[in-house]
Amino acid sequence: MADIASPTVYPTKSMRSAAAASRSAFWALLLRDLTVLRKNLGIFIARTLVQPFLLVFVFLYVFPKIGQGIGGSAGTGGESSFAAVLVAGVVGLSIMFQGIQAVALPLANEFGYTKEIEDRVLAPLPVSLVAVGKVVAGAIQGLIAAAIVFPIASVIHAPGVQAQLSVNWPVLLTLIPLSAIMTSSFGLVLGTRIEPRNIGVMFGFIVLPITFLGGTYYPWTSLGAIKVGSVPWLQILVCANPLIYVTEGFRAALTTAPHMPLYVIYTVLSALCGLFLWMGCRGFLRRVIS
Amino acid sequence: MRTDSTDTVNHHATAEEVIRCEQLTKRYPGNILAVDRLDLSVHHGEIFGLLGPNGAGKTTTVGMLTTLVIPTGGKAFVAGINVVANPALVKQVVGVVAQTNNLDRALTVWENLYYHGRFFGMSAKESRDAADESLAKFRLTERAKAEVMTISGGMAKRLMVARALLHRPPVLFLDEPTAGLDPQSRIALWEILDKLHADGQTILLTTHYMEEADSLCDRLAIMDHGRILAIDTPNGLKETVGTDSIVTVTATGDLGALARFLQERVEGVTKSQIVGGVVQLHVKGTRGVLPKVVAAAEQGGFNITDLSVAEPSLETVFINLTGKELRD
Repeated sequence: MADIASPTVYPTKSMRSAAAASRSAFWALLLRDLTVLRKNLGIFIARTLVQPFLLVFVFLYVFPKIGQGIGGSAGTGGESSFAAVLVAGVVGLSIMFQGIQAVALPLANEFGYTKEIEDRVLAPLPVSLVAVGKVVAGAIQGLIAAAIVFPIASVIHAPGVQAQLSVNWPVLLTLIPLSAIMTSSFGLVLGTRIEPRNIGVMFGFIVLPITFLGGTYYPWTSLGAIKVGSVPWLQILVCANPLIYVTEGFRAALTTAPHMPLYVIYTVLSALCGLFLWMGCRGFLRRVIS
Repeated sequence: MRTDSTDTVNHHATAEEVIRCEQLTKRYPGNILAVDRLDLSVHHGEIFGLLGPNGAGKTTTVGMLTTLVIPTGGKAFVAGINVVANPALVKQVVGVVAQTNNLDRALTVWENLYYHGRFFGMSAKESRDAADESLAKFRLTERAKAEVMTISGGMAKRLMVARALLHRPPVLFLDEPTAGLDPQSRIALWEILDKLHADGQTILLTTHYMEEADSLCDRLAIMDHGRILAIDTPNGLKETVGTDSIVTVTATGDLGALARFLQERVEGVTKSQIVGGVVQLHVKGTRGVLPKVVAAAEQGGFNITDLSVAEPSLETVFINLTGKELRD
């Protein structure tokens, strides 16, 4: 062990500027996360596929087969328009799930008793960039999830049921990354704000309501029919759900169905990105620096 | 090093000085004073120890010097870089071995080293070579592909030391490096630290083990309640006790009376005190002291059950400074 340490290497000679060191450290953190993803690729794909597969299977195959009405009107016409609604919803939901699972769940381990995130926090870059790196890695997983889910969601259905998709490419190609960043930032907020031991509770109280009230199974515009007096209360309430902007966005990108105005979708998604990133970075700093 | 900001670099630091703290203070929310106006200077190439009981502020001090804890007062410089003003730069010059096993459990043994190298700007090839070399040096090559959860505690600690040194930092920090290790692994780690020391690596470690501090460290700071009580070489500290030997008397009955009695009756006893249920006598001149103690105790009608004599240890120093034992 003659030269484990090299006393002659002194910082005055070997030190790099903060910017250069941060840049290379940031890429290396991403590389580390992607390596972990590659090692767990099987599980990643399985967990990406299970939920959309079940949703599409039940709503677009089982329901039509057993004659259970969906889509508001009888016959394959209603089912086909429902299929289009659902495909958009399922892609949005998958990105949301990926964002939460890819960022919040690993953080619960990494912040736990052993603080294994510490070695990455000690990498030579500002700590908030470690948090941003988590978001970028989560967003990449969201993109992959969207790419896997979209073809499946658009082909699995009972005979006669057709998802009539009409793709608006500019909207689709801007919306996928925007949604992926928003949802993985949301995952960062959850992962840093929820105590690691309570992470299971998160699914019951946060993820499930978001899923069911996030416009996966129905377009937001149709919620206007649910009123108390003249107030469409549910339509207003679900505006607090970040997922609704994702699913409505995909509805705009993939179908000709009515949807929330695009300027609202883009404005809110961008604002949520900023808000969640800011909250998440603050939460991250609070966790690792005292 | 960039010197664009006067706050970045401590121009007063001597070339020899690798760590410098001036009145460094950490007050946690709730008015908990963990570190209280700490002044410290660690020189190039020395193993410096922070010795003290749990809660003395050792880990907080290391935390501040490694950017994980933000000081609430004072200044600290590592390799001349201001820790508070330039945390991202400081991280380039420190290697940190935490108390708990914080290896990346999603990665293998080899990958833990490889990605650490990449974090610090090594190219893929540089980092691969450094990881291979480091595994060989720390005798971990056989477990290169193992998941880190499956290796023993001793190996995990070695891997953590290897990882902390991979980017060749001027200063290595070790927080309670041998806590929780079996005796064999502890000795193995001491050997590694000795070799690093011989190679000129500057090391700051915290410990609450006397023998570790005594045998490893060039200089020590004894800490309690967030303050440094004394800084010196282990021998220098022991000399401050001002006595040749410590006689420990275990007895039944009134220990206070026994202590007073022995101090009066036995020649050369400069001080007596009760520590942890036994009487300790500080004695000048050790010749024939044990028979004298036995005779005196018998005379006084005390019942001695055990008796031993030892040179002053760091334990004695700690008791002298704080009036209490430093328990393992």
